[in-house]
Amino acid sequence: MTLPRPRRPWDRTDPARRDYFEVLGEGLLAQLAGRPAGGGARGWSPPSGGAWVHVGPSGGIRAFTGKVEVGQGTRVALSLAVAEELRVPLARVDLVMGDTDLCPWDMGTFGSRSMPDAAPALQRVAAGAREALLDLAADKGIGPRDRLEAVDGAVTAPGRSGTVAYGALVTGERRIVAVDPAQPLTAASGWRVAGRPIADPRAEEVVTGRRTYTSDLRLPGMRYGAALHPPRMGSRLIRADLGAAASRPGVQVVHEDGFIGAVAASPREAHSAVAAIRAVWEETPEPGEAEIETFLRHHPASGDDWDTAERHEGDPVSALAAAPFTVQASYRTAYIAHTPLETRAAVAEWTGTRVTIWVGTQTPFRAREYVATALGIPLEDIRVIVPYTGAGFGGKHGGDVAAAAARLARAAGAPVELTYSREEEFRWGYFRPMAIIDLKAGADRDGHLAAWIFHNVNAGAAALLPPYRIPHQAVDNELSESPLAQGPYRSLAANTNNFARECAIDELAERAGIDPVEFRQRNLDDERLRVVLRRAAETAGWADWHREAGRGRGVAIGLEKGGRVATIATVTARDDRPVRVDRIVTVYEAGTIVHPENLRSQIEGAAVQALGGALFEAIHFDQGRIRNARLSEYRVPRFSDLPEIEAVLLDRPDIPSAGGGETPMIAVAPAIANALYEATGRRRRTLPLLEDDLMPPPTPTAGARRPTRPRAGGSSRGSPARSRGTRRASPR
Amino acid sequence: MTSFVGEDGPTSSIRFTVNDRPISVAIRPDRNLLEVLRVELGLTGTKYGCGEGECGSCTVLLNGRATRSCQVAVGDLAGATVVTVEGLARDGRLTPVQQAFVEVGAFQCGFCTPGMVVAATALLRRSPHPADAEIRAAMDGNVCRCGGYGRILRAIRRAAEISALPPEARG
Ligand code: FES
Ligand code: FES
Repeated sequence: MTLPRPRRPWDRTDPARRDYFEVLGEGLLAQLAGRPAGGGARGWSPPSGGAWVHVGPSGGIRAFTGKVEVGQGTRVALSLAVAEELRVPLARVDLVMGDTDLCPWDMGTFGSRSMPDAAPALQRVAAGAREALLDLAADKGIGPRDRLEAVDGAVTAPGRSGTVAYGALVTGERRIVAVDPAQPLTAASGWRVAGRPIADPRAEEVVTGRRTYTSDLRLPGMRYGAALHPPRMGSRLIRADLGAAASRPGVQVVHEDGFIGAVAASPREAHSAVAAIRAVWEETPEPGEAEIETFLRHHPASGDDWDTAERHEGDPVSALAAAPFTVQASYRTAYIAHTPLETRAAVAEWTGTRVTIWVGTQTPFRAREYVATALGIPLEDIRVIVPYTGAGFGGKHGGDVAAAAARLARAAGAPVELTYSREEEFRWGYFRPMAIIDLKAGADRDGHLAAWIFHNVNAGAAALLPPYRIPHQAVDNELSESPLAQGPYRSLAANTNNFARECAIDELAERAGIDPVEFRQRNLDDERLRVVLRRAAETAGWADWHREAGRGRGVAIGLEKGGRVATIATVTARDDRPVRVDRIVTVYEAGTIVHPENLRSQIEGAAVQALGGALFEAIHFDQGRIRNARLSEYRVPRFSDLPEIEAVLLDRPDIPSAGGGETPMIAVAPAIANALYEATGRRRRTLPLLEDDLMPPPTPTAGARRPTRPRAGGSSRGSPARSRGTRRASPR
Repeated sequence: MTSFVGEDGPTSSIRFTVNDRPISVAIRPDRNLLEVLRVELGLTGTKYGCGEGECGSCTVLLNGRATRSCQVAVGDLAGATVVTVEGLARDGRLTPVQQAFVEVGAFQCGFCTPGMVVAATALLRRSPHPADAEIRAAMDGNVCRCGGYGRILRAIRRAAEISALPPEARG
C-alpha cells in the first residue's frame, strides 16, 4: 500500500517541520538524533541518513529505511531487528522501504551495507521508541517508570496491576521523540524474536502470485511505453524518422532532449512502434573480443577513491627472485550479466507538476537525482518508490527506466509502464567488468609466502589485499575504459581478485608440495578465518578424500566486508560428459546472525550464481555490440547444474553483523577452478572455465540477428552506470 | 463472461476459460497468452522473464499441462482451459505445492516462484512421487536466478509428502 504524499520529501525537510502525523496519523514518532553508533564505519559508504519509527493507535509499528528489498531478505531481517527492540511480534512491523518521500536518505542497497548500516539505525530508533512508550505510560500513571516493562506490544506494570497496549497509549498523541544515537541495544543473547528461524509473514502472496512487482502495477488509465536505444553504448543519434511509428493508431511518439520513445495500449504495440522508427546513428570503431585485452591494458580511466587500493611493503622483486617456489601467471574474467529474472521496469504517474515513479532500482535516491537532472525538475517534485523487485545482484543501479517512464507519462498525460524486454535488459543494463590480473608470487622452502606482486586491470579494489601474512608485497589496481557498459555486480571485484589469488595460492602449494588447506593455514594470522577454513575442511571430509581419475576437489577462502568464508568444491570431469560440480561446502562467519534461515538461503543462492560465472557465463561482443543478448544464448545455471550444497553458519553474537548477500560467493569460483585442475590436470586461469569446451560462442549470425536496427529502450544520457571507464561503488 | 477487443488491427473472436472464468477475446490471433493474461486480464501472477520459452516464469496450466504462455498464440486457444498461479488455491486454501514452498522458504526475490509452483503442480499431478532426477529434469526449463534450486527441490519433495496426507491432515 502506498502511503499519502507528504508536502515535501522528509529527507529534504528539517526534522522539526516534517508533516509526520498528517501522513501517518496520530501516534508516537521516534527519530534518530544523529548518526547511529556502530553503523556506517566505511568512509566510502556514508550511512543512511537516520531512521524513524511510528507507533499508531492500532498498535501497528511503521519503520522507515531507504534500503530496498531485491530478494536478499533484508525486509524480514530488518523488521526482526525492529520487532525485537519494540517487543512486538514480527507481523506487527510494517517496514517502509525505498520510498524517497518518506524514508531516510540512503546511498543505495549494495555492498552488503543493509545489515551493518540500516540495522543499527533501526534497532536504536526502535529501542528509543520503546523507552518513549515507557515514559508515556509513566506520565499517564500506569506505574512508576522504573518498574514498567515493555512486553508483547504493551506496557506492563509489576504484578500486571496495569497493562496498556501501545495503541491505547499513543491514541490522541502527536509526540515526536529524538533518540540518542547511542541508545543501548538489547544484547543478542537476550533476543526473543531475532536470531532464530522464522517464516516470512508475507510468503503466501508469493506462492499465490499476488505479490506486486513493479512490472505488475496496473494504474487506472495506464498505458505502456518503450524507448529507442542506440545500437551500442555511446552512439550518437544523427537523425530519426518518426513518421511510420507516429502514424500507427493509438500510438504516441515522444521526442524530447535526445530521448525518443513511444506510448501505446500494450507493451507489444509500444515496442513495435519503436521498432518502426528509422534512426541513423554515428558509430565509432570499437574493439571486439580479439582485441579487448590489449584495449583494456592501454585505456586507463580514473575513478573514485574506493575504486583503487594499493599496498607496498618490503622488496617483493628481490624476495620473488630468492623464492624457491614461484608462480607467474595472468588470470582473466569475462564480462558477465546479472540477468535478474525481472527485467528493469518503471511506472510513472503525474499529478500536476509532481511525479511518482515506481521503479525496480537498488538506488532510489540516486534515481530521484537522475530523474531531476534528466527532466529538469526539482527533487522535491519527484517521489521514487521501490516495490518488490525481481532481484538485482548489483545490476539495477540508476534511474534510466525511471526517467524514461516519467517522460513518456508526462507526454501521454497518463500513467505509463515501461518494462525492458530481456534483450533490452542484456543490451541496456551493464555488466560485471572484464578484468585481467597479473600475478607473481613466491613461497619459501617451508611453504611460507614470501613475495606477492598483484596487479589487476579493470576489476576494481574490493578484496584486492591478500588476507595472508606476506612480508614483501606490491598490490595495486588500475581502471580502464570499456567498450561495454560496466558497473557493480554482487561482490564485484572481490570475486575477480579472490579468484586469481586463490588459484595462485593453490599453484604455489602444489609447487611447494604442501596440502592446499595446510598451506593456507600456515600463512594465515586471522584467527576467525583459520576457524572457518578448519570447519570447511572438516565438513567436506578433506582429510578422507581418495583421488580418483576424472574427479577433483578444490578449496578457497576469502575475507571481505567483515565476512569470512571458505568453500570446498568437488567436481567430476570425464571426457565423455560435461563437467559437473558435485558438491559445494561453504562455511561463513559474519558476526551476529539476525536471520539464520535467510542467510543460509543467501549462501546457497550465491553458490549457484557463482557456479554460473565460474563455469559458463560470458557476454560475447563485437564492435561494441552484444552478440548473445538472449537467455537462449547466455547460459545461466539451471536445475540440472545444481550441486549438493552445504551451508554452514558460524554465529559470533559478540561481533556486529556484517551482512551476507555477497561475501559467501567469493570463494566458489576459485574452489571450482582448483577442483577442475585436480580432475583434469589442466590449469585454467580464465573465467568462465569451460567456455572453450562446453559453450562455444554463438556464431555471429545467431548472436546478431537484429544488430543493425536499434531496438527499444531508455535514454542513456548521463547514466552513471553507463558512462565509460568509471568504476561504480560496489554490488548488490 | 469477460470480453474485450484489442486496438491493434485484424481480429477474430476466440473463447476459452481462465481460472474457470469464460473469456471471449477479439484481438489479433498472434498475440501471446502471456500478454493477454498480464495486460488484458490483469492476471499479473504469471511473469515475463524472457519471452522466448527459456525461463519458465510464464508457466500456466493449459488443458492441465505446464505450458509457457509466452509461446502460445491466442488464436490456438479456442475451447482451451487455462489455469494460472492465481487459480490454484481454492477457497483461500493453499495447495500442497504452495504450502510446501512457504514451509521450506523456497524463494528469495520470488519472481520465479509462480512459474515454479505451476510447473511443480503439473509434475506432481503426472507423477505423485517423483525421484529427484525426475524433478530436476521436469523443472530444468524454469530458471531461478537467485539460485534457489536446492530449496525448490526440497519444497517439491515436501509437496509430494503433503499431497499423500488425507486432506484434513494437511494443515
Ligand atoms: S517468459 Fe515465457 S519462458 Fe520466459
Ligand atoms: S527467487 Fe529470485 S528468481 Fe527465483
